[in-house]
Amino acid sequence: MSPLAALLSPAHLLAANGLVLPHVNYTAIMPELILLGGMLLLLGISAVSPRHLPTQVYATATAGIGIASLIASLVLWHDVQKGGPFSAVARAVDIDGFATLVLVLCSCVVILGAFFAAGFLEREQVQGVEYYALALISASGAMLMGSANDLILVFLGLEILSIPLYVMAGLDQRRAASGEAAMKYFLLGAFSSAVFVYGIALTYGATGSTNLASIGSFLAQNVVVSNGVLLGGLALLLVGFGFKVAAVPFHMWTPDVYAGSPTPAVGFMAAVAKIGAFGALLRVLFSTFPTLRTSWQPILWALAILTLLLGALVAVVQRDVKRMLAYSSINHAGFILLGVQAGTSRGAEASLYYLFVYSVLVLGTFGVVAVVGGRGDEGHGIERYRGLAHRRPLLAGSMAVLLLAQAGAPFTTGFFSKLYVIEASIAAHSYALATVAMLSAAIATFFYLRLVFAMFGERAGRQASVAVPVAPAGAGAPGGAAGQFPPVGTLPAGPAVASAAGVLTLERAAGLVDPGRAEAAAVADDDAGPVVADADLQVSPWVWVGLALCVGTTVVLGIWPSPLVDFARHATLLF
Amino acid sequence: MSVHASWYLVLAAVLFSIGAVGLLVRRNVLVMFMCIELMLNAANLTFVTFSRALNDIGGQVAVFFVLVVAAAEVVVGLGIIVAIYRRRVGATADDAHILKG
Repeated sequence: MSPLAALLSPAHLLAANGLVLPHVNYTAIMPELILLGGMLLLLGISAVSPRHLPTQVYATATAGIGIASLIASLVLWHDVQKGGPFSAVARAVDIDGFATLVLVLCSCVVILGAFFAAGFLEREQVQGVEYYALALISASGAMLMGSANDLILVFLGLEILSIPLYVMAGLDQRRAASGEAAMKYFLLGAFSSAVFVYGIALTYGATGSTNLASIGSFLAQNVVVSNGVLLGGLALLLVGFGFKVAAVPFHMWTPDVYAGSPTPAVGFMAAVAKIGAFGALLRVLFSTFPTLRTSWQPILWALAILTLLLGALVAVVQRDVKRMLAYSSINHAGFILLGVQAGTSRGAEASLYYLFVYSVLVLGTFGVVAVVGGRGDEGHGIERYRGLAHRRPLLAGSMAVLLLAQAGAPFTTGFFSKLYVIEASIAAHSYALATVAMLSAAIATFFYLRLVFAMFGERAGRQASVAVPVAPAGAGAPGGAAGQFPPVGTLPAGPAVASAAGVLTLERAAGLVDPGRAEAAAVADDDAGPVVADADLQVSPWVWVGLALCVGTTVVLGIWPSPLVDFARHATLLF
Repeated sequence: MSVHASWYLVLAAVLFSIGAVGLLVRRNVLVMFMCIELMLNAANLTFVTFSRALNDIGGQVAVFFVLVVAAAEVVVGLGIIVAIYRRRVGATADDAHILKG
């Protein structure tokens, strides 16, 4: 061997520089590996299969991968309960109760997300494995964020979480809005990650490490001279997290992205991005910057108040259900921030519990919205929900349970989640914040109940529209149509929306005395207007399974909350 | 003659600000995209500067991670931009106006 070759051989280089490759404990990152390996397997199968496999095959596989990673996460949970928390892979990954809870939660989201996606993709006749592959990558990113013990790994997790979500937002190529949503999400997401990286760089400069535990012990032992750099870094980190969790004033992207993206992707996105970002936020603030509590608590206080109030108030005026739910998710982010702001282990526990509850609720709610949206994923106005209970009682009932749980009704998990964060906030003496939270919950109840009343209170959409007396003249014989309709006694006198929808339904109803036949006609020319035809409300068995899981969890754990509460308590014992 | 580390930090801060302001005021998607790259590279410069000042290799390793992530972002970002603007003539952010916001 020539001297040059010997000099360049890797072993020599490693020895000369004293570079020791870290020992990789594969069990510690097993859930992530299962998701990523499963994703590669799915991509491989779809690449070599001679013709398109039905979407149900991929959904089954994705749910199976999710269950495998759930089992791996529960094994890790068991290990942590038995042997205590441990660090792995050169202390970059920290497996403790908190991390394993995030792992379990992400696995559940993958499973539920697969069910709702299958129903949607089946109806839209979208073939291909992309959605499932992207969902798996994204969930593995959220897992990394929750178990990261290094700011660089938090950043990597953030990107692994976000980049697939940008693509998922733009996956529906038939609608221009989907592409726009992808672009908006991408530009603002990339902006926020650049801010986040700069925050990491400044934190590194002030403390000399990117390891969360090292930074924490450094700050506990030293008085930082360049305090401005450290505080600047912390502030930029908070801005980056604020973007991801959609906290006001960093929420601008949320309504547009939620309105434009394919509906099941929105549910998945809302759940998984909040889990990852809040998981990392809790970890960074509680295990790394507890010494700077007096600096970050006021910032979070202001963020939480703005997020709670703006989310609830703006949601009230929305007519589009997806936008309304987007603002409601901003409101929920405010509630989770309440637990973070408390800065106690009780607050962390309440936040984790809220995250769990919220993920299930938001997945289920957007699952129903995807069904009601109809073919093409376009009909998300509130008028489509009028009288839904009379046509699809079970669907409307599930939606009502999920919405009431989001509003915090008793006997649902939503009630306990709100109760615990407010309790934690009061225990931390943030009385004003807790009061604002309760106020915003009251405001939020209004728009959830409005949707519930729309579903249960009124008859079908077309009859409500006929009652509008101010139909535009160009609508063509509206008077005749109204005259031929059954007596107005069955019609609600409420201020139905005088919209183009009403006009179209009028035209369609003209000449048809029997409402049943009018419905048949509506089915016949499906693309003529936004009338909800029954044929358009096909609920796939996949969606039923997903909904049953979501509603079942919400109600059962709402009546018997102790298992999940204990789970969250054990997870945060170390803080 | 050596330049003091703080000058590099100031340069990085200036670059970062240019990127951030550019992203907010420019309307061309590709230019907005370049501004994001500018911000990421400002962060990289900060990492390297601190790494030298602290005599710690960790900061330079971080730069590689950031570079890789930036490359991945470019791939996805350009893909999204191409997918949208196959239907349009120019790459101007205001042309996308279906969503309110």
